[in-house]
Amino acid sequence: MAGLCESLPNFLCKFPAFSDVSIRAVRKSVDDGFKALVRSYVNAIDAMVQPLQWFLNYLERLFVSSPWPIILLIMLAIVYFGSRNIKITIGTAISMLAIGLLGLWNDTMVTLAMVTVCTFIAILVGIPIGILMARSDRVQGVINPILDVMQTMPSFVYLIPVVMIFGIGKVPGLIAVVIYAVPPMIRLTNLGIRLVDKEVLEAADAFGSSGWQKLKNVQMPLALPTIMAGINQTIMMSLAMVVVASMVGVGGLGKNVLQAINNQFFTVGFLNGFALVAIAIIFDRTSQAYGKRLQKHSEVIHG
Amino acid sequence: MVSHAIEVRNLYKIFGPRGGDYVDAVKNGLGKAELNQKYGHVLGLRDINISMPAGGIMVVMGLSGSGKSTLIRHINRLIDPTAGEVLYDGVDVCKMSENDLREFRRHKTAMVFQKFALLPHRTVLENTVYGLEIQGVGQAEREKRATQWIARVGLSGFENHYPNQLSGGMQQRVGLARALTNDADILLMDEAYSALDPLIRVDMQTVLLDLQKELKKTVVFITHDLDEALRLGDKIAILRDGMVVQQGTGQEIVLNPADEYITAFVKEVNRGRVVNVETIMAPLSGNPEGMPIVKGTVLEVAARAMTSANQTLAHVVDENNRPVGAISLSAIISSMVTPTSHEAKAA
Repeated sequence: MAGLCESLPNFLCKFPAFSDVSIRAVRKSVDDGFKALVRSYVNAIDAMVQPLQWFLNYLERLFVSSPWPIILLIMLAIVYFGSRNIKITIGTAISMLAIGLLGLWNDTMVTLAMVTVCTFIAILVGIPIGILMARSDRVQGVINPILDVMQTMPSFVYLIPVVMIFGIGKVPGLIAVVIYAVPPMIRLTNLGIRLVDKEVLEAADAFGSSGWQKLKNVQMPLALPTIMAGINQTIMMSLAMVVVASMVGVGGLGKNVLQAINNQFFTVGFLNGFALVAIAIIFDRTSQAYGKRLQKHSEVIHG
Repeated sequence: MVSHAIEVRNLYKIFGPRGGDYVDAVKNGLGKAELNQKYGHVLGLRDINISMPAGGIMVVMGLSGSGKSTLIRHINRLIDPTAGEVLYDGVDVCKMSENDLREFRRHKTAMVFQKFALLPHRTVLENTVYGLEIQGVGQAEREKRATQWIARVGLSGFENHYPNQLSGGMQQRVGLARALTNDADILLMDEAYSALDPLIRVDMQTVLLDLQKELKKTVVFITHDLDEALRLGDKIAILRDGMVVQQGTGQEIVLNPADEYITAFVKEVNRGRVVNVETIMAPLSGNPEGMPIVKGTVLEVAARAMTSANQTLAHVVDENNRPVGAISLSAIISSMVTPTSHEAKAA
């Protein structure tokens, strides 16, 4: 096949790309334009993300500086009352104690604070967008491709604009994590609402429900199992992204992993990795058990 | 509370994106098949004119695809008509604003669905209060009223069960209680009993008839079962391919079926339970003979009374015990069996 090229005109053999000079010019003007834009709004952007910063710092300080037994007890209480499952609670206690013994307690707390805030914001942003999508096919048509891009774009790539806009630090990390973790929340909220039984919706209409009443009484409760699955996915994706976000200055377990990669610290890397896995499993089991408990009514089928 | 009649006038429904464009063509005789083939639109209802009696049970009967469920959805406008009007108390439901329509649905109508359409995450009590909750009635008041209706449909003690824990018949009782708790003038029942097995269905029919005796609501009942239609209906309309083929009382339809289609239907009917004695009685000539039978008695009951009394002749009396006609056992029996003309027509 290589020989074929000799008998063909050049532009069929080598892809006729734009010249390096022109590509560079375009690239430079886009980059400069973007930078200038960011520079001119830097104050507004800072003011906008300030509350996030406060919230994040407050929660982190609360988690890190409270005596560990109190945090552990609160965690166990949440896990127990969420799941009502003694096995999950004991598992949580053991893994948290192991994390503490291995000297990873503070880093774990930092990560926990981060994931909590990220999940909270992802839910806050994701559910309303999901509802909007479910209500209009046109909105769905616009948002779906955006979500596709968000989910397939390598996460390192959108760290770049995030860093350009917000700089290095916790908040840019948080924004990157939320961008990465919010798509399943939006998609599953949309899907859950769209899957609600048409007959039940018709009944709600027949009794004269307003749009809000229908959403509150019928659509959201019936979509809840799917929405819970979305929350679960969002938590898992936040935990995964926290490691990547350490590249832009997020502390905690992710930072340790990053250092371990750079220095080939095999043990440190795996210990921190396992700590992340432990948190992931605790979150996952608890939220799933909680979701299942909410659906108690559908379990007892008449025989 | 006085219920009003519902007047359906010149109602057309053509399903499809440009249904309105074809109304005139359909009025001028464009058929269902042709509309579908040439223009890709489906003719749902065609020139429906029915006046549904105030405080009575109107049964709309038809097989699947006849448009009966479409018709009932026009009364509370879950489906918008392509042309025509639905009048209730002088107001055209089809022309109501969104707000008026919502108020109309909240206060004037209540609906029972074939597949129950209960909220699975709510208990029986929470399902039953739904209509009042939407109206904004306080919790104590709505639960009091709901509990009362739950008891009336025979579900006391099940208030805190979830629909999934109940059988089909019980679930439909919840559906009925939910509709009745609304205390609306119009009760719409869309094949409400079709998903129930026969014994429970008869049971639920009895519940409805008993309740209707005191409530006197304007009930619109959809069914594909002629026996159910005859048992419940003060008036019956039979739909076929989106058109009314015959409407009238049960007796009128059984005795004078309008065409072969209906003849085929009524062939299987137990006439003894539908036809009344005064329908077939002969004019009184001379003195009343035999035993008295009260007007309104169905033939089966009359025949049973006469055979057990060992009489072949009887006279029909009105409410004041005045004789109004004469009847013989042989006349009763010949009316109870399907006339040969019908057999031939149906075959």
